[in-house]
Amino acid sequence: MVISVASGKGGTGKTTIAVNLALALPNTQYLDCDVEEPNGHIFLKPDIKKRVSVTLPYPRVNYDRCDLCGDCAEICEYGAIAVVKNQVLIFDDLCHSCGACVMLCPQKAFYEVPQEIGIIEIGEGKSVSFGHGVLKLGSTRAHPLVEEVKKYGDTSKTVIIDAPPGTSCPVVEAVRNTDYCLLVTEPTPFGLNDLKLAVEMTREIGVSSGIIINRSDGNDRLIVDYAAEEGLPILLRIPMERKIAEAYSKGISLVDWDEKYRKIFENLFANIEERVAP
Amino acid sequence: MKELVIVSGKGGTGKTTLTASFAALSEDKIMADCDVDAADLHLLLKPNILREEKFVSSQVAVIDRESCLECDICRNVCRFDAISEDYVVNPMDCEGCRLCERMCPIEVIHMEKQENGKWYIAETEFGPMVFAQLGVAEENSGQLVSLVRKEAQKLAKEKNLNYIIIDGPPGVGCPVNSAITGAQLAVIVTEPTMSGIHDLKRILELTRQFRVPSLVVVNKFDLNLENTEQIELYCQEHQVELVGKIPFDTSIIEALQVGEIVVRFSGDGKISRIVTDIWEKVFSRLSML
Repeated sequence: MVISVASGKGGTGKTTIAVNLALALPNTQYLDCDVEEPNGHIFLKPDIKKRVSVTLPYPRVNYDRCDLCGDCAEICEYGAIAVVKNQVLIFDDLCHSCGACVMLCPQKAFYEVPQEIGIIEIGEGKSVSFGHGVLKLGSTRAHPLVEEVKKYGDTSKTVIIDAPPGTSCPVVEAVRNTDYCLLVTEPTPFGLNDLKLAVEMTREIGVSSGIIINRSDGNDRLIVDYAAEEGLPILLRIPMERKIAEAYSKGISLVDWDEKYRKIFENLFANIEERVAP
Repeated sequence: MKELVIVSGKGGTGKTTLTASFAALSEDKIMADCDVDAADLHLLLKPNILREEKFVSSQVAVIDRESCLECDICRNVCRFDAISEDYVVNPMDCEGCRLCERMCPIEVIHMEKQENGKWYIAETEFGPMVFAQLGVAEENSGQLVSLVRKEAQKLAKEKNLNYIIIDGPPGVGCPVNSAITGAQLAVIVTEPTMSGIHDLKRILELTRQFRVPSLVVVNKFDLNLENTEQIELYCQEHQVELVGKIPFDTSIIEALQVGEIVVRFSGDGKISRIVTDIWEKVFSRLSML
């Protein structure tokens, strides 16, 4: 089974849920797809066994062939190519590596060079198989990196995917084709606003979801009412406690901090399993 | 005209809380919410929307399957694996490069424009505001961020206002690059957690790459004093000014729960003084630039 953890709003506790679920269950794999700011490694402290560079092809010009006709600038839908005087300017940060310039140049003057967009690290941490992607700073290609990280998914295990915040393409890439999505929120108007967007996103891509309320004030009216309206289950509440925030600040996971959370996350998983039943 | 951008790397550290307070404390400015994935500033500033526009930026390929000869050229040239075995384009995968359309020997592929979101010009009690909402599961968030900034600049010029306060997105990826590039000053909001420190280092490196001078604010600083000290040391070593530390305070949570701006909610209280002091430091730096 593959479970994704997403949120809409940042900082609601995705990583906390994903890491603790991975720690509480036997035979799990944790994949951190928040490639812009991966944090799971802070809690799992993995031994990295393998490091892979992820590259995409970027076009370059062979001036022996180029006649500066300017077709490439017309062809590129992303504005990544400009032809000026006696030069072809290529803006890698706008390029999508689609290959259109390479294939359609009348002079066949383009070739491609691989450029790193990030790295993937694979290892083991505290009985959990670990993998994450780290986007190279300045790179704009988060979602191809997420796609690559997901290829390391080991279906013989329970795979937990830690998604980035938001609802746009890298998030969709992380959540799509997972069996269930846990949406972590907090009982504030912001939490609710962004939860609604996240629910819409999971529906759009056809992944069923349930809600986890973090920093619960015991009432959580805003979220509870919305969940009832939408017919979404509230699977777990984690109370607003300064002590929990302190443990988090030190990089200590909930199950290590208080043994009772092991049972709580086991129950959460049993609950998810019932909902995903074939 | 000067642009101040509030970013964080890690999500949920308090960007919007701080931005809204800056909005309440400052004059002569426009607000721009560039967290187009999950815009929240409007929940605090309660804008009155004056103009709503569609954000149309992407296009996806559509194959006329009636006429298609199933030659497979489109499937072979597409690098995004967006075309299925039965020649249907998945709009979620298609990046609109038009290569399939141009390579199709019998021209049965055409492109269709897509609405990717909406953007708004609004009035708030603290001045004009530009914000946007990217459609769910859409791409091109960087473009929408650039558009919001451009509209804010236009509006500032029209209204003769000198400052733009930008609420930035989390992360260090495409929309963040668009939010910080060319801004005069960045305020980075962090928290004294291992994750917060990790992400602070990445966003500081990014602002350095983009040559945007940066100031740091530590939120919930008393949650872990050791980590706060580590942040202070890191800032010193890298010659980044730390302009303030906000304590972990239940009045901030209470303010957020009812959708109130912190400096107003806690009246003349402690938090209000701390945030006001931070704003004064930020503003004096901004006006010197």
